Amino acid sequence: MLLISCPNCGPRDETEFHYGGQAHVAYPEDPYALNDREWAEYLFYRDNTKGAYAERWVHSTGCRQWFNMLRDTVSYEIQAIYPMGTPAPGTSAQETNAQAPEGASK
Amino acid sequence: MSQDHDHLHLPEHPDFLWRNPEPKSSYDAVIVGGGGHGLATAYFLAKNHGMTNIAVLEKGWLAGGNMARNTTIIRSNYLWDESAAIYEHALKLWEVLPEELEYDFLFSQRGVMNLAHTLGDVRESMRRVGANKLNGVDAEWLDPQQVKELCPILNVSDNIRYPVMGATYQPRAGIAKHDHVAWAFARKCDELGVDIIQNCEVTGFLKDGNRVVGVKTNRGTINTEKVGLAAAGHSSVLAEMAGFRLPIQSHPLQALVSELHEPVHPTVVMSNHVHVYVSQAHKGELVMGAGVDSYNGYGQRGSFHVIEEQMAAAVELFPIFARAHVLRTWGGIVDTTMDASPIVGTTPVENMFVNCGWGTGGFKGTPAAGLTFAHTIATGAPHKLNEPFSLERFETGALIDEHGAAAVAH
Repeated sequence: MLLISCPNCGPRDETEFHYGGQAHVAYPEDPYALNDREWAEYLFYRDNTKGAYAERWVHSTGCRQWFNMLRDTVSYEIQAIYPMGTPAPGTSAQETNAQAPEGASK
Repeated sequence: MSQDHDHLHLPEHPDFLWRNPEPKSSYDAVIVGGGGHGLATAYFLAKNHGMTNIAVLEKGWLAGGNMARNTTIIRSNYLWDESAAIYEHALKLWEVLPEELEYDFLFSQRGVMNLAHTLGDVRESMRRVGANKLNGVDAEWLDPQQVKELCPILNVSDNIRYPVMGATYQPRAGIAKHDHVAWAFARKCDELGVDIIQNCEVTGFLKDGNRVVGVKTNRGTINTEKVGLAAAGHSSVLAEMAGFRLPIQSHPLQALVSELHEPVHPTVVMSNHVHVYVSQAHKGELVMGAGVDSYNGYGQRGSFHVIEEQMAAAVELFPIFARAHVLRTWGGIVDTTMDASPIVGTTPVENMFVNCGWGTGGFKGTPAAGLTFAHTIATGAPHKLNEPFSLERFETGALIDEHGAAAVAH
């Protein structure tokens, strides 16, 4: 059971929250401009980082507000909690919002 | 201190089932991942395609990942044609493998029941029974009384939150001893000349342009013409090393066993709605599993409230379990896809192939994963059974949505 510090309500049990997957995945600015590959990337491809991972959580049974969390996916240690719309701590806004190149190779 | 062993008459150490060779400098193909799927793939590469100069690389010990952590359920009652085809083929292989591998891994066709608790469940279940029959998969619909006859310890009364309204039943489904399955494949692989190399972690890939030509490991570099990834929860990590992405999210999946009990549970019972699945192992322990933890995780452990929920469901369905003690709980890392179906096929890297995304249901698929993945690696093209399970389906939209349709949530 994770103990998650909601920015509004303070530390609460994980069971009060719901997971929202990877953070900082923006809806495409112009969905009609995307080809099938790019659309697949937006819909189905998410980072699956082993280590520090920026993800979204919502305090469903409390304030019902969304927030971001930086959590280690191996130790499960919560490293930072920060508001939606702000870059992950230790990264610049550009880095945080940088999408992996659409398509295969990095 | 000197010891005289001669008079002790100690039993001979049992024969090892496979060698522990040093890695050679090159192989025709390298399989990354020495779990059930990797070993089955190597077996079929050697047996069906004559590729014996191959190696299976395992970063830990043989079959110590999800192959050691699953709840051993084998069934093929999936809704969609593509899934029914590959899982039914797997089930047919399970039926002949003990003889073929010359190893009795206690495959017990004791049937699997998938309970329905709502009118929606009932409709979905009946639909699935119909689809299964059309696909040649044995399936039948049981009313609550028939459920009770098959599994007398199940509570089918109206006095629970989600009464049992019936169940689908696949008589040919069952369980097997997972460790023994791995050992059976490993021994045959070894006999056929396959090198099984444990404690050998892949740290990178050698590429010539977009073609893979070798594998970097903690035990040196190995040149190879072909690479097959069969690393389940760690597939994304390997793909990233190779320079491509997979539509996979790794989650912890937990299971547990009770202490040993007299035989009380004659079949396998799964409930999607209250979410628990239960069987009784040959030794006597009750084996139970549930759903994944919601968050991404590589830690091989999950949160206790998931276990609490599954135990609550188990005790409501099986009141007799209320005083059973949990002996052990554990977690594995499962590789889930958005459509709850596996990916078996080619990758954006030439001569590199991937078998992943089996999520919470990989054990039952072991023989078919091995057969089709070996075919794909050997020929460079998919077998007809894994053709629909390509990586490209996420682009074309030809998804095989087995969420719920597969008889249990993933």
